[in-house]
Amino acid sequence: MKRFAPLLDALVFMPSRLGKLRLLREYFATTPDPDRGWALAALTGELSFSGVKSTQIRKLVQDRVDPQLFELSYDFVGDLAETVALIWPQKPGANYQPTLSDVVDGMASATRANAAALITGWLDALDATERWALLKLATGALRVGVSARLAKTALAEWSNVPIEQIEGIWHGLQPPYADLFAWLEGRAPQPERGNLPTFTPLMLAQPLEDEDIPKLDPAAYRAEWKWDGIRVQLVGRGGERRLYSRSGDDLGAAFPDLLAALHDDVVLDGELLVMRDGDIAPFNDLQQRLNRKTATPKLITDYPAWVRLYDILEEKGEDLRGLSFDERRGRLDRWYQAAPRPQMDLSPLLPFGSWDELSQMRDGARERSIEGLMLKRGDSTYVTGRPKGPWFKWKRDALTVDTVLMYAQRGHGKRSSFYSDYTFGVWRDQELVPVGKAYFGFTDEELRQLDKWIRDHTVDRFGPVRSVAPLLVLEVAFDSINRSTRHKSGLAMRFPRIHRIRWDKPAAEADQLPTLEKLVS
Amino acid sequence: MSEPSKSPDWLKPTPRGLYCEAGDFYVDPVYPVERAVITHGHSDHARAGHGAVLATPETLAIMRQRFGENAGGSHQPLAYGEAISLGGVDVKLVPAGHILGSAQAVLDYRGSRIVVSGDYKRRADLTCPPFEPQPCDVFITEATFGLPVFRHPPDTEEIDKLLHSLKLFPERAHLVGTYALGKCQRVITLLRRQGYEEPIYLHGALQACCKTYQDFGVELGALLPVLGTTKDELRGKIVLAPPSAATEPWARRLPDALVAQASGWMRVRQRARQRGVELPLVISDHADWDELLATIDEVKPGEIWITHGAEEALLRQAGLMGYRARALSLVGFEEED
Ligand SMILES: [Zn+2]
Ligand SMILES: [Zn+2]
Repeated sequence: MKRFAPLLDALVFMPSRLGKLRLLREYFATTPDPDRGWALAALTGELSFSGVKSTQIRKLVQDRVDPQLFELSYDFVGDLAETVALIWPQKPGANYQPTLSDVVDGMASATRANAAALITGWLDALDATERWALLKLATGALRVGVSARLAKTALAEWSNVPIEQIEGIWHGLQPPYADLFAWLEGRAPQPERGNLPTFTPLMLAQPLEDEDIPKLDPAAYRAEWKWDGIRVQLVGRGGERRLYSRSGDDLGAAFPDLLAALHDDVVLDGELLVMRDGDIAPFNDLQQRLNRKTATPKLITDYPAWVRLYDILEEKGEDLRGLSFDERRGRLDRWYQAAPRPQMDLSPLLPFGSWDELSQMRDGARERSIEGLMLKRGDSTYVTGRPKGPWFKWKRDALTVDTVLMYAQRGHGKRSSFYSDYTFGVWRDQELVPVGKAYFGFTDEELRQLDKWIRDHTVDRFGPVRSVAPLLVLEVAFDSINRSTRHKSGLAMRFPRIHRIRWDKPAAEADQLPTLEKLVS
Repeated sequence: MSEPSKSPDWLKPTPRGLYCEAGDFYVDPVYPVERAVITHGHSDHARAGHGAVLATPETLAIMRQRFGENAGGSHQPLAYGEAISLGGVDVKLVPAGHILGSAQAVLDYRGSRIVVSGDYKRRADLTCPPFEPQPCDVFITEATFGLPVFRHPPDTEEIDKLLHSLKLFPERAHLVGTYALGKCQRVITLLRRQGYEEPIYLHGALQACCKTYQDFGVELGALLPVLGTTKDELRGKIVLAPPSAATEPWARRLPDALVAQASGWMRVRQRARQRGVELPLVISDHADWDELLATIDEVKPGEIWITHGAEEALLRQAGLMGYRARALSLVGFEEED
């Protein structure tokens, strides 16, 4: 725990992604196997032991500390694991400090009956930070703001191995990942994927810029709608099935219905949606399923999941990525027609003759389920990463509204001396109702101006938040807007960002709520 | 020493502070009074506008530096260990180990002894002599960190964290929030002891206190003002400033400041996070829980009076240890670190 505990501690406090990456890189570089592997498993949520409940931890401390002193302390600190870690009395003589591997091995083989005794022994031997890390680990509450993706990015940066290669074998690996580290350090070849249902890193699209368009030959490209869901990969291999997010996170537990619908050895690329009677439901509905770790029968019925397919990467063990898009699309069609494919359909190809024609189709599509267009070269092979040229995304223009700044909150890290998070509203009669929050879209210079304006126009403050006079108009851009019960206005924006600061515009001329309601489609 | 059953009544808590009627003086009064004995220079103990002030020469110098004209009508220095009689009350100042010049007021009257310890700590501090336990009938103690969750780790570990972070983030200035008096100079001497020889950069509000320490012979090494430096000069350097400076526009002159804070409160993660601290350093000038308990056991007072801090827990603990204890609930003492 000597290295793992300070790592967790530092990660908890480090707000920036870059800072977290640097802490992780240093840890992987300086910590021996198997501890670093267990740490990686703990951070990526791949560690599985049954753990202990916080009531058990509470009982342990009550045997050691006066109950009244404990209650006073718990009141002050607020977090049980932290209170116990800090208050645990030192025990001279208990000097074998367990490593992270000792703890993981111990917990894995512990029974309900002896887990408490095991933890007591460790608590006696560790210091306060290590006790805290141990308790977080043992109670399964390791929330330190590190996603699996971030941990893999750190591995990639540290080893100079492209992240796609790491993601490609990730799901075939087992903690504590000795073979992975050996490969990343150049001491061994890349671990074999075998016949496991691992994730295949995706091919991604570049945004299409206006100046690119004349250089492209329309006949060489195929067009599809860009659907407003999330990109997924369905994998069937060796009798096993998996559903992965675009970054290789396993989503299967939340979508057992989709897994049950797949019977073939195949790797498919498509868009995850919620579909009702042939209509795509708002993104919010999909969110209802994505937010859950598992799915109840009711959730499955109320929010029926669907995959709209657009590519096939593997069929019956044959890697199709070397084929052209047109050939793969033919294979996908044939596979789809060969048998009934419940909860799946194909993303149709859109015939077009010129860029102008396509551009009109894009602007004409105002359905909420369509974000714009995808353009794919018919002769392009499936290449991992984001090559420029073969695939483009051509989003329709963002929607914008004029809002009034209502609250500002101080940022974190680099921005901790700036009011950089903005809550804005629109008019409902004479009253402003908040409709969203944004913290990007402006330049550093604009941030300085906004910060000064906020300090000069503060009418109230509570903690890190200031309420300001309703005088400044912010033009906010967003991708779409949905109904939401979570907000007072009844609306929620997707990807809101500050588009322009309208220093010139009187606040009374900002938009009215009904204007926004019309944009909900 | 008198019988412990009868509690001395010649020092009383009053709204102005602890008052000794026989000697007609207050200890650390919170309002201006005729005659004051001051334990140390922190602003909740040493206030402006008293008539006659008795304190160590260091504390008097700090008061003059902070309050100027208003530092008191007359100053009477009393060095550590020397005694003076005020209206039949013998007054002696002995080291409290808290900050430069900090003292416990040892008061003897008609065969009984009361010790007003002021603020104190028990671990080594290169800026002041260590706390000297005095046997007494009444021991008046602070309880700033009077909860068993407060056990300060070794200072060297915390300084190592800071030095390690400098290596990991060499392009960022490390902005360490410290109180101007005491903590600032303590952190500097700890850094120097650990071999850090680079210049240390100071916010303007910290410069005068550092000068006072240097005047009394405390070695602080090379100190430079932040004012007038370029961003590039401050990369990978340590900058000390009052804790509030990190959220003020002032902080923007630093290159991508990494915000640290040196304080006993940093032990509690939620507190550190609320304050936007990225690198909490648990360094305190107050006794932690173990030090409070060890001190009580060494002093073995007939009775314990608790001035400010987490009184409830320390009262409970004193009871468990078999001591008679009461909380004075003095007003006017801020949450220091
Ligand atoms: Zn003090
Ligand atoms: Zn104090």
